[in-house]
Amino acid sequence: MSQPDVLHQAFELGFTYTRSTGPVVGRFLTELKKRNIVGIKASDGRVIVPPMEYDPDTAEELGEFVEVGQQGEIVSFAWVREPRAAHPFDRPFAWAMIKLDGADVPMVHCVAAEAESDVATGARVQAVWADEPRGFITDIRCFELV
Amino acid sequence: MSDENNVGEDNETVTGIEAPIYLKYNFTAGAAASRFLTRIKEGVLTGQRCPRCSQVYIPPRGSCAACGVPTEEEVELADKATVESFTIVSIPIPGNPIEPPFVVANLVPDGANISVIHLLSECDNAEVHIGQRVQAVWKPQEEWGYALDNIRYFKPLDEPDVPVERIGKLPVTGLEG
Ligand SMILES: [Zn+2]
Repeated sequence: MSQPDVLHQAFELGFTYTRSTGPVVGRFLTELKKRNIVGIKASDGRVIVPPMEYDPDTAEELGEFVEVGQQGEIVSFAWVREPRAAHPFDRPFAWAMIKLDGADVPMVHCVAAEAESDVATGARVQAVWADEPRGFITDIRCFELV
Repeated sequence: MSDENNVGEDNETVTGIEAPIYLKYNFTAGAAASRFLTRIKEGVLTGQRCPRCSQVYIPPRGSCAACGVPTEEEVELADKATVESFTIVSIPIPGNPIEPPFVVANLVPDGANISVIHLLSECDNAEVHIGQRVQAVWKPQEEWGYALDNIRYFKPLDEPDVPVERIGKLPVTGLEG
C-alpha cells in the first residue's frame, strides 16, 4: 500500500450565541454608548466595575450605580509580544488590570504602549473611546498612558 | 461581534449582545483516512483489515480498536451495503441543506464489518428496515473529490434482506458470495 499525501482542510466551528445582558450589564453597556463608565455599590460600600448583579459577600441584589472616572491606575499587566488575530491590536500591547478613579476593584482592559518598558504597575492611564460607541466593552478602544 | 445590539423599547437600553465564538481548526486526516479519501476520489470504497482479528474497518483509522494493533492491509469494498440501523430525520437542522423528512442510516458495505453513516433516498421512508440491501448512487465522476459525499446517497436494491445475524459479516461479493 503506497503512502498517500496526508490531507488536511481548514474547518471552522461557530457557536453563534446571543447573550441577554440583564438590567445591570445592560446598564453598563448602555452607559458606554454615552461614553460613561459606571460601576455598582456593593453592600460594604465598595464600587465594583464592571457592575455585578449580586453582592459578592451577601448575595443581595445590587442596584446603586456609580459613575467612575475615565482615568485610573495599572494594578498589574501582561505584555503581549505577538498579538493573535482576535486581539484588539495587531502590534504589541498590554492586558492590564486597571483600577479606575472612584472604583475599588480593577477591571481588565488593554493598554496601548510603544514598549513593554513604558508600562508599569502604578502607571496612570486614560480611556480612549471608539469613534462610534455602540454598547460593547470595545467602546473603550483601549487605555493610553497619561 | 455583530454591529448591532439588541435594545429595549426605548431604542437605547442594551438588552442583548451578539457574542459568537468561532473555533478554527486545521483538520489533518492522517495516513489511514488520507488513503481512504484518495481512493474514494477514484470512486472506490476501501477499508483496512486487522491482522489479528480480521475485522475490516471503514473508514480506516490505522489501527484496530479491539486488538490495539496497526491495520495496514487495504481492502477494496463493494458499493453495495446492508442497513444496520437507521433514523428518519423530521426536524430541519440549521445549516443542513437537506429537507426533512430524510433517512440517515448506518450501512455496512459488503466486505466490511462496521458501518458508515450515509443517507438513504429514492425509497419510501416508511419501508426502510434493518437488513435492507442498498447501493451507492455516485455523483458524476467529474465532481469526485476527497469526500464521502462523492456518494450522493444509497438507494434500495431489489435483493433479499440480510438476516440480522449476518449483517456486518457479508463478503465483498455480497449476499450470494
Ligand atoms: Zn483486531
